Amino acid sequence: MPETTAPRDAVPSGTAPAPARATTTVQGAVPAIEFQGVVKRFGDNTVLDGLDFSVAKGDRVTLIGPSGSGKTTILRLLMTLEEADGGIILVDGDPYTHEIRGGKRVEVPEKRRRAVRRRVGMVFQQFNLFPNMSVLENIIEAPMHVLGLARAQATVRAEELLDQVGLADKRDARCTQLSGGQQQRVAIARALAMDPEILLLDEVTSALDPEIVADVLGVLREVAETTDITMLIVTHEMQFARDVSNRVLMFDHGRIVEEADPETMFTSPTHERTQEFLRAVLGD
Amino acid sequence: MNDVWSWQRAAEALPPILEGFRITLLATVVGTAIAAVLGLLVALVRRSRSRWVTAPVGLAVEFVRSTPLLVQLVFVYLMLPSVPALVVGCVVLGVHYATYMSEVYRAGIDAVPRGQWEAAKALDLPRTRVWRAVVLPQAIRKTLPGLGNYAISMFKETPYLFAISVVEMFTAAQQFGGRTFVYTEALTMVGLLFLLASYPTSLLVRRLENRLA
Ligand SMILES: Nc1ncnc2c1ncn2[C@@H]1O[C@H](COP(=O)(O)OP(=O)(O)O)[C@@H](O)[C@H]1O
Ligand SMILES: [Mg+2]
Repeated sequence: MPETTAPRDAVPSGTAPAPARATTTVQGAVPAIEFQGVVKRFGDNTVLDGLDFSVAKGDRVTLIGPSGSGKTTILRLLMTLEEADGGIILVDGDPYTHEIRGGKRVEVPEKRRRAVRRRVGMVFQQFNLFPNMSVLENIIEAPMHVLGLARAQATVRAEELLDQVGLADKRDARCTQLSGGQQQRVAIARALAMDPEILLLDEVTSALDPEIVADVLGVLREVAETTDITMLIVTHEMQFARDVSNRVLMFDHGRIVEEADPETMFTSPTHERTQEFLRAVLGD
Repeated sequence: MNDVWSWQRAAEALPPILEGFRITLLATVVGTAIAAVLGLLVALVRRSRSRWVTAPVGLAVEFVRSTPLLVQLVFVYLMLPSVPALVVGCVVLGVHYATYMSEVYRAGIDAVPRGQWEAAKALDLPRTRVWRAVVLPQAIRKTLPGLGNYAISMFKETPYLFAISVVEMFTAAQQFGGRTFVYTEALTMVGLLFLLASYPTSLLVRRLENRLA
């Protein structure tokens, strides 16, 4: 149900002073992602209650926080797997699912949503590879049928990516024959094959055996080092968050309770909730 | 006519029965093809978000499923006198079983994990590709045993075509019995032919079931 009245903070950029953001962006640059007063409810459970934050282009932002604090919901909103009940989300300054027109919050037509969605890629905790396709077919499906690449072209790129994730020899394997870690690396290659500007990673190592977590994180480290993709990462791997991200947001009950660079966040968090949470996660 | 079983009579009955068997198989294959395609269409249409689409289709499905096949056959046959009986038979069998097969498809589609839809959306795949390349291949794999079982049921219900004077296997045997006043050989052979055809098929379906499980 779209709301008829715009939430307090959902103002079109430029027409009113922007509300205080949880983050600072480079002066004048359009952020890659911007949440303005985003509200999300499941039934009468209000998960996000007017969330504001933005992510600059090329940022690697890690979301941390206790289970149920809304981290997954934020990523799913960015993939349009969920629909916000209020507020607006901008990608590169473009309204994504809703926009303010004539003071009213209205839905963005599907065609424009798709144009925005195309810039966003996601890797899931449960991999979600297509089991009826080979590894290669998984990777070339979208480049062929969304970007319109020829099979040969898409295959060349897919082979490069498979090489990059260390699975060149699994090209023709069925995904069901691969280990979890291998499947997740294919899923990363599949997302990268679409050349996303924004990559969403939701606990991508949580379903994996501890000994193969490092392989997957290694691949992601390389992606972070060799591309300028904006990354939004939900993870419990604090070392990885420290290595890869330049900002960490601590969530609790759908709010950002603390925001800092990883060094500060992990060594001297100021907020009590953050300290508690990190103590629990780091296990001491 | 005091002998219980005459091999000579059996030999005489065989050619018309085999001809009938051909018609039985034909009706089953064509009927199954119609049911499989129409059933899928019904399953897809019933997923529409518009009540104006789902309600009438749902009503039609309910109607077809809760009236007897025999009544449907005779009714359509009498309503459309210019259409050959065999065509009426195949279509009515197909439509009747489509309502059952649509449920099998629905279950198969529902069994495709939500993560598959979400991955497809995250890749921004167009609707047609989501269905053709992702959902249906996975769903149909799971439906094959169910569809096979309904095909076997349909095969065993072809004797109803008797009512609209299609000379399938059972009717052929009846006619032979009527001519000779002895039904034993002809009906026994019909029973055996049904068994011979449906038993191995059901074994095959069961093996498929196990392999795909
Ligand atoms: N599909 C859903 N239906 C109902 N409640 C949901 C759904 N998805 C998430 N929630 C609720 O939203 C809240 C935030 O969930 P989530 O975003 O998954 O948190 P996190 O990823 O931080 O653990 C939780 O209270 C959860 O129960
Ligand atoms: Mg989560």
